[in-house]
Amino acid sequence: MNHATSIPRWEHFDHMADIGVRGFGATREQAFEQAAVALCAVIADPVNVAPREAVAIECEAPDEELLLAEWLNALVFEMSTRKMLFSRFVVRFEGTRLAGEAWGEGVDSSRHHPAVEVKGATYTELKVSRQQDGTWVAQCVVDV
Amino acid sequence: MDLSRFKRRSEHEWEIEPHGAMRVPGVIYATESLVRDMDDKVYEQVVNVAALPGIVKASYAMPDAHWGYGFPIGGVAAFDPEEGGIVSAGGVGYDISCGVRSLHTGLSARQVRAVQERLADCLYARIPAGLGSTGSIRLGASEMDAMLTGGARWAVKRGYGEAADLERIEEGGCMAQAKPDCVSDRAKQRQRDEMGTLGSGNHYLEVQNVAQVFDAELARAFGLREGATLLTIHCGSRGLGHQIGTEFLKRMAIAGSQHGIRLPDRELACAPIRSPVGEDYLGAMRAAINCALANRQILTHLAREVFAAIVPAARLELLYDVSHNTCKVEQHVVDGVKRELYVHRKGATRAFGPGHPDVPPALRAFGQPVLIGGSMGTASYVLAGAESGEARSFASACHGAGRAMSRHQATKQWNGRHVIDELAARGILIRSPSQRGVAEEAPGAYKDVSEVVDASEAAGLAKKVALLEPLVCIKG
Repeated sequence: MNHATSIPRWEHFDHMADIGVRGFGATREQAFEQAAVALCAVIADPVNVAPREAVAIECEAPDEELLLAEWLNALVFEMSTRKMLFSRFVVRFEGTRLAGEAWGEGVDSSRHHPAVEVKGATYTELKVSRQQDGTWVAQCVVDV
Repeated sequence: MDLSRFKRRSEHEWEIEPHGAMRVPGVIYATESLVRDMDDKVYEQVVNVAALPGIVKASYAMPDAHWGYGFPIGGVAAFDPEEGGIVSAGGVGYDISCGVRSLHTGLSARQVRAVQERLADCLYARIPAGLGSTGSIRLGASEMDAMLTGGARWAVKRGYGEAADLERIEEGGCMAQAKPDCVSDRAKQRQRDEMGTLGSGNHYLEVQNVAQVFDAELARAFGLREGATLLTIHCGSRGLGHQIGTEFLKRMAIAGSQHGIRLPDRELACAPIRSPVGEDYLGAMRAAINCALANRQILTHLAREVFAAIVPAARLELLYDVSHNTCKVEQHVVDGVKRELYVHRKGATRAFGPGHPDVPPALRAFGQPVLIGGSMGTASYVLAGAESGEARSFASACHGAGRAMSRHQATKQWNGRHVIDELAARGILIRSPSQRGVAEEAPGAYKDVSEVVDASEAAGLAKKVALLEPLVCIKG
């Protein structure tokens, strides 16, 4: 399978001052999970972050795009206050609510080499949509 | 950008004539080459801001403008509450009150060079920098509120620095009308152990050499002479400010539509100044300004301890502390009438001219110091507010160089270790917890700050006083 088109997957896209995060999935849930991996990859390589511990995350917003920003911002908050990095995610939707889990471990600078803090997810290029081939895409620019 | 979209009002002033929903013109201050290199998104964002309710005179962009979220970075816009004016979280930015503080060290460049390695190592050991770093201060609930109300004044009371420092900080070190009650528990939680930390990204603490003086009289007034050294801190309101920005962006996006504000783009989310959300944001944002001022005050104290231990002759005295991500209530004369306006500066520096009552008495005759941070390893500038800036941009100037390429492009082009070695060969010592962070902030990833500063001066926004070159840079 061609990696560039396989799903689920994530990528970064260029934004002059900041960085765009984008997740692809067969379902909307997967696209949200992959966008979260992309978010964490801004900070450190997720391959080096062991999914030792799970943090439960719940958030809510009036529509799915604001919900994506809420989800990413909830992760920023948990990473910041728990001094953790995440690498694996589970997302479930319940109407306008999201109930999820983020798996990761405490920051270890010598092993994770974190490059930069994320201040928050923005509404710039904020999109949740389904492509013609049925693939879900979830993306936005994050402020670093 | 396509220059034919502008009416060139003068050499450095590019006007976008009102069209569509624009209530006022757009104005970009820059050289022809800077405008040509600007992203088309800057044009779009200047136009969008010009359409917001209650905007006065024009939607401005400074010479270092680039694509932001909602408002351009380098954007200046003033709103009148009497005309339904709005306040916008995106018009301030996520890092509320991010700013620059410079202090005279009392040491010559030669004295610093004699201890340069040790100074770099000890500053790096003492200043918490980078992701996951924490300060030694833990704030309980009542101390948190006292900090959010008192700013740098609170920090001085707690033993961080001296009362004399406060005179050289905007607002005397304490932003009035801050409302800690409007700051969420989550925002306070994010800040609990982040007081006195530098952060990451483009935030830094530098020891700089005054490499060149442009205006002898202003330099003398500011206490700057060639061969002297400064300590400069660039950082903001840390997790607290980021959380406030995030939360109010959402509240404003939801509330804006209830107030009948129609936006071309969600990230322009705003609320009337006179509305519950608008008032709550102003109270929370002012608390975040105090957080940033207290944070820079604590970092100053830590740096003083390091200098005292290494070179007892050092005396670190404030030149000035000025923020570049704020919304402030100011008096401005518009078409001959004095009005009270809510001036948003997002990646733009306040630059009051000579005689302004908010400039510290000792500097008042000369204009407010405008501190322009370079990127890691490149030059910084000290400017002075000019009289002409008042009419041109509500007394505002540029704030830095602005990126020339994305972080992703930068990491492809540079390797952190090589950047550090190259700068060391030029006598600039970098200390950072992150090699990738250094590559992302490589000097070549930024525009030439000199071109931006020259354009600011030529446009009459501020006057060049001195050029600073780094000797030591602690990068978060």
